[in-house]
Amino acid sequence: MPVKTTENGEFKPLIVAFCCNWCSYAGADLAGTSRLSYPADVKIIRVPCSCRVNPLFILRAFQRGADGVIICGCHPGDCHYTTGNYYARRRMTLLFSMLDYLGIERKRTRVEWVSAAEGVRFSEVMNDFAKHITELGENKKLEDLRCKKSLD
Amino acid sequence: MHRIGVFVCWCGTNIAATVDVKAVAEAARKEPGVVFATDYQYMCSEAGQALIRQAIKDNALTGVVICSCSPRMHEATFRKTVQAAGLNPYMLEIANIREQCSWIHKDIKEGTEKAIILARTAIAKVMLNKPLTAGESAVTKRALVIGGGIAGIQSALDIAEAGYEVDIVEKQPTIGGKMTQIDKTFPTLDCAACILTPKMVDAAQNEKIKIFSYSQVEEVKGFVGSFKAKIRKKARFVDENLCTGCGDCTSKCPSKKNKNEFNLGLDNRPAIYIPFAQAVPKVAVIDAEACIKKKTGKCGLCEKVCSAGAIKYDQQDEIIEREYGAIVVATGFNPIKLDKYDEYAYSQSPDVVTSLELERLMNAAGPTQGTLLRPSDGTHPHTIVFIQCVGSRCDDARGKSYCSKICCMYTAKHAMLIREKYPDTDVHVFYIDVRTPGKNFDEFYRRAVEQYGVDYIKGMVGKVIPHDGKLLVQGSDLISNEQVKIDADMVVLAAAIEPDPTARSVATMLTASIDTNDFFTEAHPKLRPVESPTAGVFLSGVCQGPKDIPETVAQASACAAKVIGLLAKDKLLSNPCVARADESLCSGCSVCQNVCPYGAITYEDREFRIPGPKRSEIRRVAQVNEAVCQGCGACTVACPSGAMDLKGFSTKQIMAEVDAICR
Amino acid sequence: MQEIFGLIKEKAEKLFADGSVNRVLGWKKGETEYDRIPSVFESAEELEEFVYDGFCAANLSKYLIRESREDGKIAVLLKPCDSYSFNQLVKEHRIKRDNIYAIGIDCDGKLDIDKIKAAGVKAIQSIEENGSEVIVHTLYGDKKFNRQDVLLERCLCCKGKDHVSGDEFILAQNRVDTTVKDRFEDVRKLEAMTPDERFEFWRSELSKCIRCNACRNVCPACNCIKCVFDNEDSGVAAKANVDTFEENMFHIIRAFHVAGRCTDCGECSRVCPQHIPLHLLNRKFIKDIDELYGEFKAGADTETKGPLTDYRTGDAEPSLISDRGGSN
Repeated sequence: MPVKTTENGEFKPLIVAFCCNWCSYAGADLAGTSRLSYPADVKIIRVPCSCRVNPLFILRAFQRGADGVIICGCHPGDCHYTTGNYYARRRMTLLFSMLDYLGIERKRTRVEWVSAAEGVRFSEVMNDFAKHITELGENKKLEDLRCKKSLD
Repeated sequence: MHRIGVFVCWCGTNIAATVDVKAVAEAARKEPGVVFATDYQYMCSEAGQALIRQAIKDNALTGVVICSCSPRMHEATFRKTVQAAGLNPYMLEIANIREQCSWIHKDIKEGTEKAIILARTAIAKVMLNKPLTAGESAVTKRALVIGGGIAGIQSALDIAEAGYEVDIVEKQPTIGGKMTQIDKTFPTLDCAACILTPKMVDAAQNEKIKIFSYSQVEEVKGFVGSFKAKIRKKARFVDENLCTGCGDCTSKCPSKKNKNEFNLGLDNRPAIYIPFAQAVPKVAVIDAEACIKKKTGKCGLCEKVCSAGAIKYDQQDEIIEREYGAIVVATGFNPIKLDKYDEYAYSQSPDVVTSLELERLMNAAGPTQGTLLRPSDGTHPHTIVFIQCVGSRCDDARGKSYCSKICCMYTAKHAMLIREKYPDTDVHVFYIDVRTPGKNFDEFYRRAVEQYGVDYIKGMVGKVIPHDGKLLVQGSDLISNEQVKIDADMVVLAAAIEPDPTARSVATMLTASIDTNDFFTEAHPKLRPVESPTAGVFLSGVCQGPKDIPETVAQASACAAKVIGLLAKDKLLSNPCVARADESLCSGCSVCQNVCPYGAITYEDREFRIPGPKRSEIRRVAQVNEAVCQGCGACTVACPSGAMDLKGFSTKQIMAEVDAICR
Repeated sequence: MQEIFGLIKEKAEKLFADGSVNRVLGWKKGETEYDRIPSVFESAEELEEFVYDGFCAANLSKYLIRESREDGKIAVLLKPCDSYSFNQLVKEHRIKRDNIYAIGIDCDGKLDIDKIKAAGVKAIQSIEENGSEVIVHTLYGDKKFNRQDVLLERCLCCKGKDHVSGDEFILAQNRVDTTVKDRFEDVRKLEAMTPDERFEFWRSELSKCIRCNACRNVCPACNCIKCVFDNEDSGVAAKANVDTFEENMFHIIRAFHVAGRCTDCGECSRVCPQHIPLHLLNRKFIKDIDELYGEFKAGADTETKGPLTDYRTGDAEPSLISDRGGSN
């Protein structure tokens, strides 16, 4: 399990971001080129399209200790593959609703549409998401639904 | 065994200023599977690349991780580098420690920690990389153009001009399409026939172009570069090679009372006919439903008068199979049917006409030889009302939600032409908005209003009531906020346009996608506007969306350029990061096919060994056409069993990345 | 039901006699008075063991995946709710429709033995169904139940009496409607709880899971050749719950994989030995799909695209979920 505290004991979340190669990943590059910072807690995984993100990946991230998972794709209507983000949108909406139904904090997951030109937006989105996750604190619920004792 | 090499780039100080590159290399060296790790000022430089090549050889590396700038920057460069050293170019992963690390973090400790995680994530992934080879397929150097209107003709001419063969398949007996029925064109007012018919003749005379008129594409199989099409050449009962187009048969034919399609039913034609004087091919066709010989077996007059001996009553449909490398869809449009618009009395009064019908009534080759006369009594109309947006920008189910784009301009043209030819005629135009974005368009519209005195009324018409041979038009003027009543002699409706009814079946046949209005969808609405998402299928003209003639011609030529670019290639190289179905896991449920935007997935029955007395069973399994798949991965998530995976971004690889980040 | 049983048996015998089928897929008696086992009958003689009563709850459509691949034609008995699963399997090309003679049969709701046992009934000798009454004969005497009180939960919110597919139908004169509640009632109750209460609820339920895979094995939508959880290449293969997260992963993914395909037949909950209300996961997806993308009944026909293989450009955004009111 990853270390989640800084030297002075502050909580340091672990955030996994799945970014579409054609839009958000390029948007993240643009944020870099423009020197627009966001917390180092965010680690990006490049996928060809938001529709490549399997719910398994998200659950796995949580299982292995992620505190937040964000999926970024092209704006609806702008998908490089025409329709990928439309399918991703339905899948993620239903999955997130299910996680909420299981009582898991609904702000630990997010979908954002970020284009290749939106470096500023990419940085804002990541700052905002990281802030929310830091406020929520460590993800205990998804990591461990079974051992009642460890939570009590 | 894995032998991974890790190369950490300083990028001068771009990376090295906020990432301790030596520490990253040091940490990477400790990862299992890594046998070599180093850092260098500029990895992308020739010296840097030489270092990588040497290290691959010296250490017998099986995979390479480069920690540097974004893969969008230099992935292609480094692929070539590792390939030059004998590795498969896909045994490479890039850890983006510049754009996504050193440039956004100021603290060197933070930056270094993150860079180490990004490096180990790339290492975890590269361990699962497999050598990939781009597929190759041959290109048939011939294009198929479906639809022989101005869009299809222009595309065909341009493709032929570049030296490639083109077949035009047109369902009507002649090519030319809607433009043949138009009298004059805006904003220049030159005659449509004068500019179109030379192009039709060019197409007919071009050695590279073959015209299949009175024909339809029945089936298309295959994929980009090698499509196989079946074309049904309908029996016209006239031998195309013998007919000289003299027209003797048409004047002798006793069955004369058949609606003339070319003049939109405003006059009649014989059972054997040539659509119009400049038809291409200029060959007669027999309308079997009107022909007395075909119906009763008696008559045969045309056969007797045909000196060329071209009449063949027993001609049958013919199926022609041809191969193509690219397909152009140019299926065009039709005005919508107005039978649901009772308020405009279109079905009740012959003096309520559509704009296209008005074109025929004003055309020298039309039913009135170009004199504008009322269809009901043949008198000159003195008051004409135009109604805009009939079925366009419409909320209810009778019409279309979109703007048909061409109506504002052709109505201004009609109004202007009428006022010029018949100055005693009053012209009123009811409109919602006048939309004139185009070169010289607004000037044209203003001329109609300012020079020709056309009365534009902002508002819609509620009702058209035929009475005493006149048409009472009741509408509202939204600017003066008054009810308007006009006693008109004629009413002209600017009917919305819609894709040709064949669009849907053509789209299905080509696995190209269409939108809810049956317009073909582009591969990208902004950046790939003349390509369909299906590789090798291109879009020309109104089949993609409403447009006027200059836009259609521009798109047709753009489309031709794309086709030429494709046909110029001898081999097509495909992206090897495509989907692959594991047949042993696939249950053939079709969910992957449903989400594939490219129609890349088909199904085949395969025999599998199973335990038990039967020993084997036949199962339906998915097949991915690698030349067509673009590698989006939609299918991989739709597939519940995980039978569908994406090469280069496999489930296992992405899982390994997740695990490496969360370690 | 006795009359229906007779008619079905007669029909099955006739199908064997005229050679139109070589097998019949139905139910036969199991070890106990309330155990009914899906069974393939290969001759009219074997039909002696055939039974159709209040305990024939098992959905037979999934067995057709294998059986319809065998030689000859098989007749299958489908209750109205089973006919949805049947259609869904046809749609997914999992069963060979041409090899099947589908007989839609009447259903007046199926009995829940757990409800009977929960009333303290022991040493059951036999169970008699008599119209709206269920009489349980035990060593200690008879116990009478109102039939409606001992029905399976799924029958209390029955999808309807109409079959959506079938080649012929054998239906009762007077058809019984057992519907007394809305099937989303329990989902709504959960939705109304706080996230922590929901978490508590699901933690206590899902922690009971022993990964016996009964839910997966009985589910007509779970028909993969090999489940992702058995596939080494999927990265999530696990035969058992090796860590505390596994059962959540398993049930969430299982529900997700059948979302848009699940006909809400309720078999998962019926067979769960730990009595986990698994149908509440599936129904949540169904409810969300209905609300977000328009009402959709999986298996209502064999053509309509499923909601997860379709989209509208104006679909709801996922932020809809995080923007919901309430805590966290």
